[in-house]
Amino acid sequence: MEVDRADGRTRNQLRSLACTRGTLNRAHGSATWSQGETKVFAAVFGPKAGMKKNENPEKACIEVIWKPKTGQIGKPEKEYEMILKTTLQSICLLTVNPNTTTSIIVQVVNDDGALLPCAINAACAALVDAGIPLKHLAVAICCCLADGGYVILDPCKLEEQRTKAFAYLVFPNSLASVRRKGLLQVEVEPVEHGIITSVTRGVMPVEDYLRCLERGRAVSAKLSEFLRRSMQLQAPSESPTAVFETHS
Amino acid sequence: MSPMNGSGDLSSEMEVDAFRHLFPLRFHERHLLESIRPDGRPLGRARDTTLALGAVASADGSALAKIGCTTMLAAIKMEVMTPTVESPDEGCIAVEFHMPPICSPIVRPGRPAEVAPVVSKQLSDTILRQVVVTFSGMIDLKDLSLVSGKAAWMAYLDIYCLDADGALFDTALLSAVAAFCHLKFPMVSLNDDGRLVVVSGESKGGKSGKEAVNKEQRKLNLISIPFSLTCTLHKNYILADPTAEEESIMETLVTVVLDSSLRLVSFYKPGGPVLAFTSAVM
Repeated sequence: MEVDRADGRTRNQLRSLACTRGTLNRAHGSATWSQGETKVFAAVFGPKAGMKKNENPEKACIEVIWKPKTGQIGKPEKEYEMILKTTLQSICLLTVNPNTTTSIIVQVVNDDGALLPCAINAACAALVDAGIPLKHLAVAICCCLADGGYVILDPCKLEEQRTKAFAYLVFPNSLASVRRKGLLQVEVEPVEHGIITSVTRGVMPVEDYLRCLERGRAVSAKLSEFLRRSMQLQAPSESPTAVFETHS
Repeated sequence: MSPMNGSGDLSSEMEVDAFRHLFPLRFHERHLLESIRPDGRPLGRARDTTLALGAVASADGSALAKIGCTTMLAAIKMEVMTPTVESPDEGCIAVEFHMPPICSPIVRPGRPAEVAPVVSKQLSDTILRQVVVTFSGMIDLKDLSLVSGKAAWMAYLDIYCLDADGALFDTALLSAVAAFCHLKFPMVSLNDDGRLVVVSGESKGGKSGKEAVNKEQRKLNLISIPFSLTCTLHKNYILADPTAEEESIMETLVTVVLDSSLRLVSFYKPGGPVLAFTSAVM
């Protein structure tokens, strides 16, 4: 394992994760998620009555507002909003509260690489904090392709800018600890082998993409472990905080 | 596909139409059971594609692409500009994607389509893709340079959606690539002030035989041409090239873009979970 990344991490090592829920007391649910220096706030308001036009009234509607750290709202923000919206729509149980709108506001506090995965993780934690019914959680990870052709995880901004290609991957969280031991898997692949979202930038050979998928999936198990632990911390008087340091 | 109780030709047709509008998911699923789609295509077939180069006579490069009913018109206008200090021998490309109200009943003058800025951003990512170390994009911006440090081409690529019937990104990319293939650089020459001006036609004589600066290069060189395919995933079925109706009822959309050396340019999937490997290999 060569340690040739700028901050001394190995290839598969994530930056230190921190998740705090309940940071805003007027919002129905809120969370802060930070990966290294990248930090994102998410707030959830909902379900509110009424829907936007042209939306199916038999299902709940999700609305995402992305606020960048500086500058005006432009096309990249709209793209992030759309990706977040479709990702979160697939994890929420939309038929529980039909004809309602849930708003998720994402505020970027600091961008140091892997911004979209950080935002997806924050939005997911905020949805849990608000008590919105979900099918399962989503864990997001950024994998990028380094010069040597190997995959490095969770790049910082410099690494992201210098890389040939990177992929943002979102997986459903693993059910390993919840499922009973010894349950046979019939031909159907387990749910955690699915991909919720994948956005790639840059050109890469197909095998490298499949390798990114494998790495991402392996790390998503660790991320879901962290998420589960941070959700389980119950402290009624203070907001629950969890910090996680990974070592390869 | 026989509807419930069709009695007589006209009434059975009305039943099918009504069924299609009232229960679109069941209507499509009954087709999928027979491995066919409402317009008669098998699951894996894309719609007929046509491409017309040079659709806009006044533009330097243009193309009209149609995939089924989805129609996109792309046009490129070239302008001379001074390059930035950080990259003095690179030109610039500005990509704009417009969805005017003509394309779809859900787009109105005051209410732009939600999908327009997303497709626009995806297009500019695919076409531009700036990479510092190794360049693997479609166009080398150095090709757009005229006089290093002083003048370079600025290409304005505008894509208009004339009819939105599913697979918008595919058609838009096809028309953009075709417009770049069709692009011919206009002739320029130095005028008295030392600035480059565009001349039309052959410039002989004029001011004491000023030569055109870029006589040798008339067409743009594309490094690798990207192709894309959009599919929807529904339960165990993969449908290639969905129409707008299919896109609206099936939640999961995947767009795969490959370049001419079969490398993956983009694998774009916002949406619900899917079985990874079987679908990815496709």
